[in-house]
Amino acid sequence: MEQTEERKVKIRIQNLYKVFGRNPQRAVGMLKSGKTKDEILQKSKLAVGVADASFDVYEGETVVVMGLSGSGKSTLIRCVNRLMEPTAGKVIVDDIDVTQLDQDELREVRRRKFGMVFQSFALFPHKTVLQNVEFGLEIQGVDPEVRQAKATESLNQVGLKGWGEYYPANLSGGMKQRVGLARALAVDPDILLMDEAFSALDPLIRTDMQDELIALNERVQKTILFITHDLDEALKMGDRIVLMKDGAIVQVGTPEDILSRPANDYVAKFVENVDITKVLTAADVMKKPTPVAFVKDGPRTALHKMKEAGLSGIFVVRASNWELVGHLTAQRAAAAAKAGERWIDHLTTVDDCATVPLDQPVRTIFPMVSGDPIAVIDDSKILKGVIVRGSVIAALSERGEDEDV
Amino acid sequence: MFEIPRMPLAQWVDGLLAWLTSAIAPLTRAFAGFVRGGIDGIVAGLGFLPPVVLMLLIGAAAWWIASRKVAIFSVAGLLFIWNLGLWGPTLSTIALVLVATFISMLIGLPLGILSGLSQSFNKMVTPVLDLMQTMPAFVYLIPAIPFFGLGPVAAAFATVIFSIPPAIRLTSLGIRQIDREMIEASDAFGTTTMQKLVKVQLPLALPTIMAGINQTIMLSLSMVVIAAMIGAGGLGGEVWRAIQRLRAGQGVEAGLAIVIIAMILDRITQNIAVKKEQA
Repeated sequence: MEQTEERKVKIRIQNLYKVFGRNPQRAVGMLKSGKTKDEILQKSKLAVGVADASFDVYEGETVVVMGLSGSGKSTLIRCVNRLMEPTAGKVIVDDIDVTQLDQDELREVRRRKFGMVFQSFALFPHKTVLQNVEFGLEIQGVDPEVRQAKATESLNQVGLKGWGEYYPANLSGGMKQRVGLARALAVDPDILLMDEAFSALDPLIRTDMQDELIALNERVQKTILFITHDLDEALKMGDRIVLMKDGAIVQVGTPEDILSRPANDYVAKFVENVDITKVLTAADVMKKPTPVAFVKDGPRTALHKMKEAGLSGIFVVRASNWELVGHLTAQRAAAAAKAGERWIDHLTTVDDCATVPLDQPVRTIFPMVSGDPIAVIDDSKILKGVIVRGSVIAALSERGEDEDV
Repeated sequence: MFEIPRMPLAQWVDGLLAWLTSAIAPLTRAFAGFVRGGIDGIVAGLGFLPPVVLMLLIGAAAWWIASRKVAIFSVAGLLFIWNLGLWGPTLSTIALVLVATFISMLIGLPLGILSGLSQSFNKMVTPVLDLMQTMPAFVYLIPAIPFFGLGPVAAAFATVIFSIPPAIRLTSLGIRQIDREMIEASDAFGTTTMQKLVKVQLPLALPTIMAGINQTIMLSLSMVVIAAMIGAGGLGGEVWRAIQRLRAGQGVEAGLAIVIIAMILDRITQNIAVKKEQA
């Protein structure tokens, strides 16, 4: 942050207002004279979306706009590429005031500068995955061969090699959003606008996607404006965080600023005790539970799986639904193999393993992780993930937190 | 006491019609030429084929678009009609329905698209469509006569007016009900209005639009029967003649033929929509 002065401002949002209703200009004056959102709604039937927002996004930076629903964050991001018309204020992208552009100029800027990813993916169901990714280039009139090559490359980047011929309906949620991301990246924009991009995904897939976006952006170096309602995600993804409430910006700062120097009571309450170990739950720090042994495996198969993965023990689950059955050590498996046992199902019970529910706070897990890995299970004992000592520490250090817990 | 004179509404309408008849004469002549040419062409084309060949062709189309069941039903139904000696009137009814549907789509789809895209146009069109759909179908027969005289052209005109509302309404609805994020995605990538319409809105609205076309065809068929009163001919003509001569048996025969044609057209066109949706 010391070099802030020298860094190039990519997006500058200046005194931005967005009000819904007839003659929205009226509300801007009322806001300036100190009226609240609720007072304005009662008096004039105007709904304030964004009130006097100003902040900069530097080149190559990921800024997360975070707030609860109704805080105006989705409206704000839509004012940046004018999917919604700002009522007042400026949005300056690379020295161009987007709010002043006519329709043709705006279209050009949208094509060249922005790639957008949506909460519910917004993939076109009548187009294949590849055609979806090609969309931005198709719109720009790029030759079919060129755009197919670029789109294929973009698909490979997000790990969907070979899925181009499928239709979106054939894909899982996580894969759909990879397509959404590939579609945005295919036009090689400077800026990625991500509107609650991962909010519709399951926790594990969501964590994966976050990690991958961070890794991917190491390579492609985009400026990212990321919207979320999830504090965890904001802390993880953001170089800086913009915290919004009732359409107004409450604080702008690095995750550490927000945590250690909350600007007011609202922020303080929001991040209350974001002693990370309390905020994070087992679901946040768990790893994929692979490999596992199935109850129908023989002891030699189980031993082989352990050897492959370099483990001294392995979780045993039912193959049909991944219900946790137990934890088998290499020692015991070896003894069983020697004795000529054919199945491993009777060698272990659930009592052999340490288990925690998905929402168990990390703080209480910490003392348990010294020995064997811990199984993370849901209400019906289905194995969802595992926690080893390394994964907790990694999750904590990733978020810049001390380990002296 | 004041005597409020009766409003001469009927005279006004008559006067307006008389003026219109001469004012839009070139237009009505073009319409008449197109309809006559279309009907004659289709009847000649279909009549050129031996009935059995045509039945098999329709059966094949039904198999390909819909299913084997529909194909068997179509061939059996057509054989039945042929057996009753109603083949000729059936062909002219089909020709009239095809021409009327074509004209309805030609006018209805653009209007539907316009009202799907423009809120103010939609507000203007909706009451007109409401009026068109609540007005008794017979009323459309009356203005058709001064414009086109008795005959299939007047029948086609009345049929188009009667059957066009669902094409407009459902096209408009199909465009309106597209998920907002889809439109935003399209805009965010910088589509022109035309690109958005052709690449996003129309494909996404297609199943609904096809449902509208299906409805238009069904309404055309029902109107073609009523339009027999002004000389539409075909199966409707058979029914009309049976009514005038009180021949119940003949009426039932022609009526059944109409039902069979309606079912074949409905099953086939319904499945066009479904098929596209699955693709």
